[in-house]
Amino acid sequence: MAEPSRSGVTYDYVTRTIARTLGAPARGYFLLLGAAVFLLAIGIVTLLYLLRYGLGLAGYSHPVYWAVFITCFVFWVGIAHSGTLISAILFLFRSGWRTAVYRTAEAMTVFAVMTAGLFPLIHIGRQWYFYWLVPYPNERGLWPNFKSPLIWDEFAIGTYFTVSTVFLIMGLIPDVAAVRDLATGWRKKLYTLTSLGWTGTNEQWRHYTRGYLYLAALATPLVLSVHSVVSWDFAMAIVPGWHATIFAPYFVAGAIYSGVAMVITLLVPIRRLFHLEELVTHHHFENLAKLCLLTGSIVGYAYVCEYFIAWYSGNPNERAAFWYRAFGPYWWASWTMIICNAFLPLLLWFKSVRTNLTALFVISIFVNIGMWFERYVIIVVSLAGEPYAPWANAVYNPTWADWGIMAGSFGWFFMWFLLFVKNFPAVSISEVKEVLAPPRRQAARSGRGAGGGGQHA
Amino acid sequence: MSTHVRLPLPKPLRELFHPPATPGVLGVFGHLDATVEAIHKLRAGGHTGFTVYSPIPRHELEDALDQPVSPVRMFTLVGGIAGCAVGAWLTLWMSHDWPLVVGGKPIGAIPPYVVIMFEMTILFGALSTILGIVFNAVFAARRLGTIAWDPRFTNDKFGVFVPSGADTAASVESLLKGAGAEEVRRG
Repeated sequence: MAEPSRSGVTYDYVTRTIARTLGAPARGYFLLLGAAVFLLAIGIVTLLYLLRYGLGLAGYSHPVYWAVFITCFVFWVGIAHSGTLISAILFLFRSGWRTAVYRTAEAMTVFAVMTAGLFPLIHIGRQWYFYWLVPYPNERGLWPNFKSPLIWDEFAIGTYFTVSTVFLIMGLIPDVAAVRDLATGWRKKLYTLTSLGWTGTNEQWRHYTRGYLYLAALATPLVLSVHSVVSWDFAMAIVPGWHATIFAPYFVAGAIYSGVAMVITLLVPIRRLFHLEELVTHHHFENLAKLCLLTGSIVGYAYVCEYFIAWYSGNPNERAAFWYRAFGPYWWASWTMIICNAFLPLLLWFKSVRTNLTALFVISIFVNIGMWFERYVIIVVSLAGEPYAPWANAVYNPTWADWGIMAGSFGWFFMWFLLFVKNFPAVSISEVKEVLAPPRRQAARSGRGAGGGGQHA
Repeated sequence: MSTHVRLPLPKPLRELFHPPATPGVLGVFGHLDATVEAIHKLRAGGHTGFTVYSPIPRHELEDALDQPVSPVRMFTLVGGIAGCAVGAWLTLWMSHDWPLVVGGKPIGAIPPYVVIMFEMTILFGALSTILGIVFNAVFAARRLGTIAWDPRFTNDKFGVFVPSGADTAASVESLLKGAGAEEVRRG
């Protein structure tokens, strides 16, 4: 059992506490939602300008043709990863503490992939030809080049979005049924429809639990593959700074790192706004902080490794690229990345920091910033300082169009997330109950259930 | 006490999702061990085809019911293998249909196609798992018929429904009460 102190929490308390989060929203909620929609509106207006006047409005300049849009794409795909880690991998490891946080993380995954998927479409410029990426029989008799990592990426992201969405919906079914049976009015109708007739019979649970196990087992290799494939978008090219064998594990660790940070960023306010202090405790945040510390250390190691190999390889182009990265015109981006991602999280070694929610919230925001800059450094700085073509070097500067689209992506993400947490259970009801002691006739004698603790400890 | 909202459905779907009612006895339990005891007593008394409701899956209930492993795993396996085959077919056939040499590599190059085969394995495996859950749950529900239920079963109560005619209902009622049911009613 995660915490002995939770023995006073009953099944009924769990259902009612979580169902209460779905009531009429407060004014603060509408302010947040309004801010998200405003950001989204900025993005939409920027996109309309891009459609009308072309990608020249963004700061592309030779040789930097992958810039803020691709940076944001990798950033959002990375954010998505921790959700699947927490919901699938920790499920297979039987980590009891995941139950209180996994729904938020999983919803974040789905909305982050939805956000990420927009960027390749914006980046291609002529969005109305996006279906050319899909292998379909056409009058030219053409098929996509399956030897290109960009096509792998399309398959990986498409699969990831589909699987993480069905995984989220699967987890929601018993919980939606639980809130259905307390709800009234239009919510009752919504939950009746979306709970798909769930009544909790042994037949339903028998197929559901098996199916959920296999979905988790399929999602686990998937989450590791998706960011590996994203990293190969770069690593398969021969650009110094991209062409490294370490990229797949480096990107996966970085993705989980940024994702866990985003889970902390989202959960700290949700816990306070929805009064979930009894269910989402400091213990959960401490575990999330430990995950951050682990993955952050892998990322820090990867930074050291990259620079070391650039020097140790003896390859003058590699050395030049990494010298440019640290001391060239983009030194500030590189050092922001290193300080935010490798040094600041070292504070998490201290338990007092890991259990201080304000400190965690601040650190998580810095990690988010650092991880955005990591992708910026890898993508933009490697291209700008390409030592093969010194005559073509240009200093890339993002324009208002880049920032507008990026602001829009945050608005898009937070809008979906806010709509989700107010309309569907943001904490899993049935799984939180699973780590509680079940009601027994002799409960008073033993203090807690025999079956509850052992398996989910 | 059923508070289901009935959704207007076309006739074939209505028959599938709202099968004819099965008469029987419903016991509501507040405790897990009482529910387990009821299951053991019912099985000892030769009852089969009864349904257990619970807000969460519990191994105690699974052990007491001793059901076979869900056939969903076959759906996952077949879906996964089919996805892998589709991935291989898609990449190899399309490459040969438009035989363009890229990077001096063979037309049908296996290593890069493994990525597509892998992703399709996961995609098809996951979707067929969902289909497996839906098929099995819907057909189980159809086999059981429309049975008595209580909205507290998704919150904190366990339940046992035993299909029984007028002749056996009284003995089932006393059995469920003896096991510790908080409430017993005919539905």
